[in-house]
Amino acid sequence: MRAIEPWVLGPLRSFVAESSARVALLMTTSGQVVAQHGFTGALDLMAAAALGAAIVASSSELAVQMRWQPFRVMAHLGHRQSHLLVWFETPRGRWVALIVFGSETKLGLVQLFLDQLVDDLVAAAPPEPVQKREVLAADFERELNSSLRALFGR
Amino acid sequence: MSPAYAPLLEALTRLRGIRGAMVVAAQDGLVVAESLMGGVKGSALAAMAASLTGRATELSSRAGFGVPRFLHLQATDGSLLVAPASGDLVLVAVAGRDVPLGLLRLEMLRMAERLS
Repeated sequence: MRAIEPWVLGPLRSFVAESSARVALLMTTSGQVVAQHGFTGALDLMAAAALGAAIVASSSELAVQMRWQPFRVMAHLGHRQSHLLVWFETPRGRWVALIVFGSETKLGLVQLFLDQLVDDLVAAAPPEPVQKREVLAADFERELNSSLRALFGR
Repeated sequence: MSPAYAPLLEALTRLRGIRGAMVVAAQDGLVVAESLMGGVKGSALAAMAASLTGRATELSSRAGFGVPRFLHLQATDGSLLVAPASGDLVLVAVAGRDVPLGLLRLEMLRMAERLS
């Protein structure tokens, strides 16, 4: 389990232990990974984050077009494993959780403990730094590599 | 919530000692229909009851007893009663202390047969 910000680790560790999720990925709505559990390869992680953020963006836009309430939870129940994609608000902005789970747990349990994870994250979030630095294109690759090192320890 | 199960839940919650009842999807642990007293979180109860039923089914099958027909979890302040039904549904009831458990069991088994 790895996280860009250490305060996320405690709540995520509890969630994984209680829900029996196989894979958990927390990211921003732009696909920037915040924390992960269960991924072994950088490529899979980045692809999952990008796709998860894209699904949230496209489904939110679909809801706008259809004048529906935005989807907050999307679940796909598969034969061998299932996944749950949820967005939620934190003091650090809107985050997205992608959870993969198998037959050892149930969708209801994962949702139950995910609600708890959101509450725990909101409670654990330290105050955001006041000064926001402008993100420059030149910094992007360095920050991406730094995030990957933090998430995979290399 | 499915209104189709409302009459059944109404009949169950009218029985003496029943604090609430719900129909749960066993496969995913989500609420199908519920009639619960305030203070009981339906989604949590549904998830836990479905998980408990799944574990009990696995245990019972491994022990060679077949599929469980009724689960009774007796605690100090009340009981959780679960009657697995056909069609991936589970009938769940929360009962207080000192209730006619035999009657409740019979009624729940009869109602579970009607669930589909």
